Amino acid sequence: MDGVLQFVLNSVSLGSVYSLFALGLIMVFGILKLVNFAYGELIMVAGYTWFVLQGSILPLVVVVIVAVLVAALTSVLTERVAFRPVRSNSINAMLITSFAVSTLLQNSALVIVSPRARAVDVPLFFYNNINLGGVQISMSNVVVIIVSAITLFGLLLLMQKTRLGITLRAAADDFRMLQLLGVRADNVIVSAFAISGVLAGIAGFLWISRIGSVSPTIGMAPLLIALIAIVVGGMNSLSGAIVGGFFLGTLTIALQLLLPQEMLAFRDAVIFAVVILVLVFRPQGIVKGRFATERIG
Amino acid sequence: MKMPSIAAAGRKLVPLIGMIVVFGVLALITSFLGIPLLDRIVTVMFIMLIMVLGLQMFMGNSGLLSFAHVGFMGIGAYASAVFSIPVAAKAMALPDLYPALAGIEMGFLPAMMSGALIAAIFAAIVGYPLMRLSDTASAIASFALLVIVHVVLSQWSAVTNGPRTLFGLLKYTDLWTAVTWAIMILVVAFLFKESSLGMKLRASRDNVHAASAIGINVVKVRWLAFTISAFICGMSGALWAHFITSFQPGSFYMTQTFIVLTMLIVGGPRTVTGTAIGVLLVTIASEGLRAMENSFSLSGVLPFGTVGMTEILLAIVLIFMLALRPGGLIQTFELGAKRRNRAVVATSSDSELTREV
Repeated sequence: MDGVLQFVLNSVSLGSVYSLFALGLIMVFGILKLVNFAYGELIMVAGYTWFVLQGSILPLVVVVIVAVLVAALTSVLTERVAFRPVRSNSINAMLITSFAVSTLLQNSALVIVSPRARAVDVPLFFYNNINLGGVQISMSNVVVIIVSAITLFGLLLLMQKTRLGITLRAAADDFRMLQLLGVRADNVIVSAFAISGVLAGIAGFLWISRIGSVSPTIGMAPLLIALIAIVVGGMNSLSGAIVGGFFLGTLTIALQLLLPQEMLAFRDAVIFAVVILVLVFRPQGIVKGRFATERIG
Repeated sequence: MKMPSIAAAGRKLVPLIGMIVVFGVLALITSFLGIPLLDRIVTVMFIMLIMVLGLQMFMGNSGLLSFAHVGFMGIGAYASAVFSIPVAAKAMALPDLYPALAGIEMGFLPAMMSGALIAAIFAAIVGYPLMRLSDTASAIASFALLVIVHVVLSQWSAVTNGPRTLFGLLKYTDLWTAVTWAIMILVVAFLFKESSLGMKLRASRDNVHAASAIGINVVKVRWLAFTISAFICGMSGALWAHFITSFQPGSFYMTQTFIVLTMLIVGGPRTVTGTAIGVLLVTIASEGLRAMENSFSLSGVLPFGTVGMTEILLAIVLIFMLALRPGGLIQTFELGAKRRNRAVVATSSDSELTREV
């Protein structure tokens, strides 16, 4: 029984971080149909902000908020500088642009900070365990679950109740119609990038607090995770991203328990093979959103 | 189909012959000067030219973005290495190699061809379902394929020595091997573009529905092109492996993909001359920058490390290029093709990286 509870808890904790990753990626994908390869670097930016500020007197909460804001700002900046000029070009041009932005940010970190990983001070209470009816629960899992729950709830409120959220959802369904109704494309897209940055920042904080250090290539794993999650979950809806994230989190924990050690190394290859199979045989993913293929410019 | 007149065919060959002359002269000068560093740079450039031409044959003609081709280069490199490393050295370099493979020792050419063939067979098997996809889905799938190839190359210790460096290769590739193959592939890429397969492919790029309506099996032509281009990328990998002689799976991943894509996009993916010029320019730029990077880091003028500066500047160039001239330097018509030819085809021009309306 303990084992089962532990498994569920780990899966929920990992799955919620993965969901946040996927949501951040799909915010932009939903509107521009762009897989933002520079998404992982937003997480890296948040991590380095944390690293730079950790010596100061600011409390952790403030540091995290600043890191999230910096990630959001970077996201908006990349949109303004790199993506806006190519937006009216083909999807290939946008994909390659995002690849270039990713290389640019990654190598900037390499030049400005260091190619080596830098440790961040994860607060000690993260490592404590609390005992709940005989089950050991680590504080970090609790923090992850609480923060993700708050973020998901906040995002839900934003998307369902505010004008911005309704605009964003409408934009993902039919952007041209939205433009005809007089909504400015630039504003909608900038908000999507900002929200994507905020999600990357929050998820990045949770991710980096698990790892304990930040390096220029730290964004790679989250990018791949988000990519898999949105493909498997469904690329046409936000709920698809959440489902995909939790599915992948559970699958990862399960494979870790079940696969023999020598097969574990090939885990990622297996998971990516699943991605290709899903793309070929069920391109809409687990959650079938309203179908929208139209791109905007 | 009407046969083009000899004169028209001749005009089409002008850019090809021009490129061959340029590269031949470049190779002659390099071997005449005999500077080892220059020799190395030019040789690697020709190998990259083969790689990028391989990618161009698929990407430029079909209009599908592929991240996977650097993976095929990796497969070609590793497969040819397994065949060509001398038996004695193999026992050291790959102690866990399967007995069936451990006894094989081939010359360079058969090893290279086997490596390329393995890359092509792999591409043919995994490629067929992927060719049904388009736009984003196809890009994501090819990206996933690159990751899969990378994971397998860096984990299949028995054959690839895992993430560690594979050594023990003999240095078969020199400047002239690379030049000869590069020129041959240049011709192949040209012929491919003008062949019936290439034309069908380009038709499917410009309008996939119209192409299938006139009876082109889009999936099949894409698949054939994918397989052929994987063969050529595998070949470039084999040439590269036998030039560098020790390498690791990390050489065939994101950084390499970025450089290859930069070369292709800067030059112009739709034209063979554009591709060749892109390779030339990006090599000059990145080697120049790298030299500056090294002198900066030696002199210590700058307060920060300089490794990575080259990539930063290349990325900036790429972003500008995509914003200002998304079709590359040489967009639709081969460099040197006659104006009169251009006027005839100009109506159907629609750059692949510019969006169709």
